[in-house]
Amino acid sequence: MQPLLQTRGLTAFYGSTQALFGVDITVQAGGITALLGANGAGKTTTLRAICGMIRIAGEISFDGNSIRGMPTESIVRLGIAHVPDGRGTFTDLTVEENLRLGGYLRPSHPELAADMERVFGYFPVLKQRLRQQAGTLSGGEQQMLAISRALMLRPRLMLLDEPSFGLAPLIVQEIFRIMRRINEEEKVSMLLVEQNAKLALDLADHAFLIETGKVVVAGKAADMINDEGVRRAYLGY
Amino acid sequence: MDLLIQQIFSGLATGSIYASLALALVMIFNSTNHINFAQGEMALISTYFAWTLIALGFPYWAAFPLTIVASFAFGVLVERLLIRSFHNAPHLSLVVVFIGLLLAFNALAGWIWGFLLKEFPSPVRNLNTGTPLIAAHELFVLCVTLGLLAVLYIFFRFTTLGLAMRAAALNPTSARLVGIRVGWMLALGWGLAGALGAVAGMLVAPIVYLDPSMMIGILLYAFASAMLGGLNNPAGAVAGGLIFGVVENLVGTYLIGHELKLTFALIVVIAVLLIRPAGLFGKVIVKRV
Repeated sequence: MQPLLQTRGLTAFYGSTQALFGVDITVQAGGITALLGANGAGKTTTLRAICGMIRIAGEISFDGNSIRGMPTESIVRLGIAHVPDGRGTFTDLTVEENLRLGGYLRPSHPELAADMERVFGYFPVLKQRLRQQAGTLSGGEQQMLAISRALMLRPRLMLLDEPSFGLAPLIVQEIFRIMRRINEEEKVSMLLVEQNAKLALDLADHAFLIETGKVVVAGKAADMINDEGVRRAYLGY
Repeated sequence: MDLLIQQIFSGLATGSIYASLALALVMIFNSTNHINFAQGEMALISTYFAWTLIALGFPYWAAFPLTIVASFAFGVLVERLLIRSFHNAPHLSLVVVFIGLLLAFNALAGWIWGFLLKEFPSPVRNLNTGTPLIAAHELFVLCVTLGLLAVLYIFFRFTTLGLAMRAAALNPTSARLVGIRVGWMLALGWGLAGALGAVAGMLVAPIVYLDPSMMIGILLYAFASAMLGGLNNPAGAVAGGLIFGVVENLVGTYLIGHELKLTFALIVVIAVLLIRPAGLFGKVIVKRV
């Protein structure tokens, strides 16, 4: 089966510092793939590279077509929704405006309203916060808003950059539970970047472990959880 | 008492012209952090364009909207063809570009249309408001600018495109991630600023006559208004313009005479920058370093 997303020999630079040294990852359609690694390993950079936010060398294909060198706006139009690190919320705008922006590419009103209701099905709390300025939400609510905004795009692939970052464990569990529901009910594939390897491997079906800009281990998430060597060497638990 | 009311109305009228141009400055500042020093001269070219249309025999009410549309296109073109290439240039380079544009447009206007004062018509010149308190053109200016501000408010507050423009200005990276073509939003901002400037130019020209130096004073006032209200706050810039128009008129009439009005304006700017650097209604931006 042809993978939904595939990168081949992805390299990237920040100025003169090389951050990626030939990253090869694949995301299967309908699946959840975890991208694991320590701080500074190149996880966020890989997501940015896929979205055309940095200059890269190598090949990226989505649904069999090359998306390399395309501007971010055009990549988004293909159905790739990125929930970036720091969440990328428009903090000065209201929750409702953030969601409307999420559906910017399909601005027909009945559709937008229906999509918002669908999103509230996952995150009911946002409905009570509609008129509130997004910057005043709690961290957990902001993460929910970020995921909801991405969902409004009706994406085929979601890139999630550390959705657990800075959140209390209970809220993280709730968000990860909802992410699984979204994956199943919306048929959205996910590429999940996480520092919390245990959490990510529980959710994902496949995983790639990267270290200093290279993939060092790849395989099924279940195998990785059970592999003592991998766990000791890279996952630290 | 009549004099006071007259001066207030006339101040509100000129103030609303400052407000329009100030809003044009704020619009570009909010999305790019640049102050377009050439905004006034772009408005000057627009006003000459309107003058030419009218001289060619177009009725005022055809020339007015045509000029607005042309000025919108002009603004978009300047951004797309020129400013865009300086996207990653340092701040100071752009300041030089803007000043270069100011001089170039000013010289261009003089070269094409000459340096003699030209009369610019007001559609309501011969009408009588029925009261000595406000002149017909002043009332016209107030109605047009307030109407325009209302339209802009509705556009930015309630339309998807307006929301997208705000999003692009607030957070370009996130805006791209929801599929907004940020580059085009900037160009649209330039277009709207150009259109606003054109209105300001066409409204002020019947009062001060049209010549290549017409907009320089107005730009300073607009700049002062934007500073007074807060460069990053559109409503503040409008309020700043209106406050400025009224206060300078009253100070000019009762205190220091009309010759020193511009000096007074600049003193106010310096005072505001000393006491409240973000302007009266501006948002203080705290940067983590």
